[in-house]
Amino acid sequence: MALSIGLLRRVRPLAAGLLTLALLVLVGCTTNETTYPQTTLAPKSDFATLVDDLFQTTFFWAVIVFVLVEGVLLFAIWKFRGRPGDPEPAQVHGNAMLEIVWTIIPAVILAVIAVPTVQTIFRTSATPEHPDVEIEVIGHQWWWEYRYPGLGVVTANEMHVPVGKTISLRMWSADVLHSFWSPQLAAKRDVFPVGPRFQKINPLWFRSDTTGDFSGQCAEFCGIQHARMGLRVIVQTEEEFAAWVAQQRLGSPLVDGGRVPAPSADTLAPPSPALGLPADDDPVVVAGRQTFVAGGCIACHAMVGTPLAGQVSLMGPNLSHFGSRRTLGANMYPNTGENLAAWLRDPQRMKEGSLMVLPRPLTEDEISTLVAYLRAHQ
Amino acid sequence: MATSALDHAPHAPAEKTGLWSWLTTVDHKRIGILYGATAFIFFLLGGLEALVIRLQLMKPDQQLVSPDFYNQLFTMHGTSMIFLAVMPLSAMFFNFFIPLQIGARDVAFPRLNAFSYWVFLLGGLFINSSFLINAAPNAGWFGYANLTSPQFSSGPNTDFWFLGLQILGVASIAAAVNFFVTIVNMRAPGMTLLRMPMFVWMSFITQILLLLAFPVITVALFYLMFDRHFGTHFFIPSGGGDPILWQHLFWIFGHPEVYILILPAFGIISEVLPVFSRKPLFGYTAMVFSGAFIAFLGFGVWSHHMFSTGMGPFADAFFSLTTMLIAVPTGVKIFNWIGTIWGGSLQFKTAMYFALGFIAMFIIGGLSGVMHSSPPADLQQTDTYFVVAHFHYVLFGGSIFALTAGAYYWWPKMFGRLLDEGLGKLHFWLMFLGFNLTFAPMHILGLNGMPRRVYTYPEGLGFEFWNMVETVGAFLIAISMLVFMYNVWRTRRGPATAGADPWHGATLEWAIPSPPPEFNFAEIPTVGSSTPQWDTRRAAGGQLPEPAPHSGEGIHMPNPSIKPLITAVGMSILMISIMFTHAAWPWWAMTLAGLAVMLYGIFSWAFEPAG
Repeated sequence: MALSIGLLRRVRPLAAGLLTLALLVLVGCTTNETTYPQTTLAPKSDFATLVDDLFQTTFFWAVIVFVLVEGVLLFAIWKFRGRPGDPEPAQVHGNAMLEIVWTIIPAVILAVIAVPTVQTIFRTSATPEHPDVEIEVIGHQWWWEYRYPGLGVVTANEMHVPVGKTISLRMWSADVLHSFWSPQLAAKRDVFPVGPRFQKINPLWFRSDTTGDFSGQCAEFCGIQHARMGLRVIVQTEEEFAAWVAQQRLGSPLVDGGRVPAPSADTLAPPSPALGLPADDDPVVVAGRQTFVAGGCIACHAMVGTPLAGQVSLMGPNLSHFGSRRTLGANMYPNTGENLAAWLRDPQRMKEGSLMVLPRPLTEDEISTLVAYLRAHQ
Repeated sequence: MATSALDHAPHAPAEKTGLWSWLTTVDHKRIGILYGATAFIFFLLGGLEALVIRLQLMKPDQQLVSPDFYNQLFTMHGTSMIFLAVMPLSAMFFNFFIPLQIGARDVAFPRLNAFSYWVFLLGGLFINSSFLINAAPNAGWFGYANLTSPQFSSGPNTDFWFLGLQILGVASIAAAVNFFVTIVNMRAPGMTLLRMPMFVWMSFITQILLLLAFPVITVALFYLMFDRHFGTHFFIPSGGGDPILWQHLFWIFGHPEVYILILPAFGIISEVLPVFSRKPLFGYTAMVFSGAFIAFLGFGVWSHHMFSTGMGPFADAFFSLTTMLIAVPTGVKIFNWIGTIWGGSLQFKTAMYFALGFIAMFIIGGLSGVMHSSPPADLQQTDTYFVVAHFHYVLFGGSIFALTAGAYYWWPKMFGRLLDEGLGKLHFWLMFLGFNLTFAPMHILGLNGMPRRVYTYPEGLGFEFWNMVETVGAFLIAISMLVFMYNVWRTRRGPATAGADPWHGATLEWAIPSPPPEFNFAEIPTVGSSTPQWDTRRAAGGQLPEPAPHSGEGIHMPNPSIKPLITAVGMSILMISIMFTHAAWPWWAMTLAGLAVMLYGIFSWAFEPAG
């Protein structure tokens, strides 16, 4: 008892610090994805699970080494505390055998980590031979563009994928470096701007186990709004996904140059309200389209029903199905009428430094016209 | 005598006080103090930047500072702490203690030494002057291309950054040459390489790293200069360049830089632990070789900073394995430190507190480092707060704790006064607690998805609680620094009663009076082991008298010179003129003016009478 009190007194402060630290770790580990929707510790895909398994292995060994080495350190601090009048301790200069042993043991532990590491490197690097859905991811300052070349979809910030299917991403950037990161589905991978000689298009793949709405964000510093270059990956059932694709194909630049086929007698042809687009002669659409052109929006945004609907290389995101998106400003605000109106009033106030510059201030009438127009396009 | 070259200079009476004496000093000890004072001010500035960062992140969606100013703050925090605080604080100890520990009267090139300091000062002032026009560097301390290209960084921010680093690089390279030559040539008789104090050994390895690593960043910064000012496209993809080339060049410098920051700390710890354990360093030879091995491997791991660039499985595996390999010699060092205190008679002075705190914290930083070395796991951890936690555990828990240990250990030698132990221990506990409150939660936040370099985070991601805790911790660190400064202020007013050897030190600096006379050693000592002062003390039966004061009569020291400062000013003007290549006025006139001043400085320096 006396011994333990002595130990406590001597080692108390350092021990208290380490105990606090251990508690922090413990608290950190007991939290879950409800608390941390963007956690890396609750993987929801095969890719993220591979990575998490490897992390758990290294973390396990790290904890063991931590406890042992810090324990020995604390013990030594307590055991060899000097007292006044102590004689000079034995002048030991080293111990060859001991030194060899504590060189070899860490090397062995590292080898234990190295083997699964190398295995996982090769498993995560392999690109799937027959992916179910291929998506092109293009980073922009400060939003994400997704193109589904096989399905004819172009959208922004919110990626829709079917559950249980292998998704293969090919990623690059329109301006500076970014990094695509959806922690629960796939680890980070940088995206690079391509040029005539530098053409690094990075792959990434995952297959989600479960449906859900997963949040993520850009992970490579990319300028003033790096913090707010968010993204979502919405994992849906196959039916939901197919319906979403059918909807998004309407007026997509990748389908017939953005032209929406005219309704004809023999087909129940789009656009139909079921597929989310309002009729072409709807007053909201007519007025909105006019403001979209007159207000200058058209210079940067492709929009169904406008002359530039077929463009894929404009500065801003394609807005053809804006009303179907859950957020605006790259996962920054809920996509509500008020937020959209505030954004159109002053995008710089809503997202300082955003590259969206209004050619001229919009009147309140124009803003409400545009809000109705954009939100009508589901 | 090892200092014969210096002895030929007739001794000119030098002004010992006043501004002019500081502007012209070539005394390695005064230059060391200049380095220390300047670096400490930059350290406080970097700390202030960190406090604003912590205030901004205290709560979600705060708008205390603008996004752009936040980016300036984190860029300057990193740049300052690395180049203007930790490196020059190490340089303070190099300057003051390498000559003392090897038994020399000064460094090999005293005027070059002064030049290094002035260049460092000017570079640091220049890069910080950017705040005055609200255009501090804002592309990160790593300055990844092509965010630094004229298209994406049109203001002067990046110019301040690359020119500032270029200027600072000159200081580092000049100092490295100087200390390398000093250690190779100027050791006291009998001090073979394997009898050098461990601080000198680790400093020696650091100088080699500096000499090999800094030229790489110099080249990269020149490329960047050409990209920004002379129309080239080294790193600009739209012009045929390669942005990943920047990352390779930066990290071929950047990873050895990590060891440049930590090896001097290893050296300090290896001095402090034996003295306060009353027992020699455990496994001296293993410590030397593990340090050298770490430095050597440090050049073969740079791409572990780039796993997320998608280098392919073979490169990932290679850099992963070399990185893991570094953990072996690092582990050897930690075990040998524990071996040093094992069986000792530990004296719990403040310096020892910081040294033991260093070991405890460095273990954590080392382990999270191993976790980063696994590329797939790193793909989740990199660019999150987990990596921020990691490198603060090695750079703050490591380097800063060790430098503080060094400050408490060597303060009596530098100023003849002992820092107060009670305040010192208060400093330690506040810093230790504040440090862990600030940085331990970052592990949790990083793993739970908080990316780094973000000016804010939205509500609902669960980041609120730990960010608040971190901010509280950061202010505890700030309070601990106030305690330290009060301690220094109080000590300065007290009498100089520390004596030559208050700790019963093992190395030569403890054999001479505190503070040391200008000439250091009245008589150059002869060395018979790696712990010469312990040998002397033992031979004297445990009690040593205070060393007799010596007038310095007949000892020739180098003359003071203003030429290093003139040369440094000219060189800085020359380099800074590049900023104005797009200006309306003839910027080249400034280049020529700087060149003229620099050439005048160099020639008058070269032809300055040696005595």
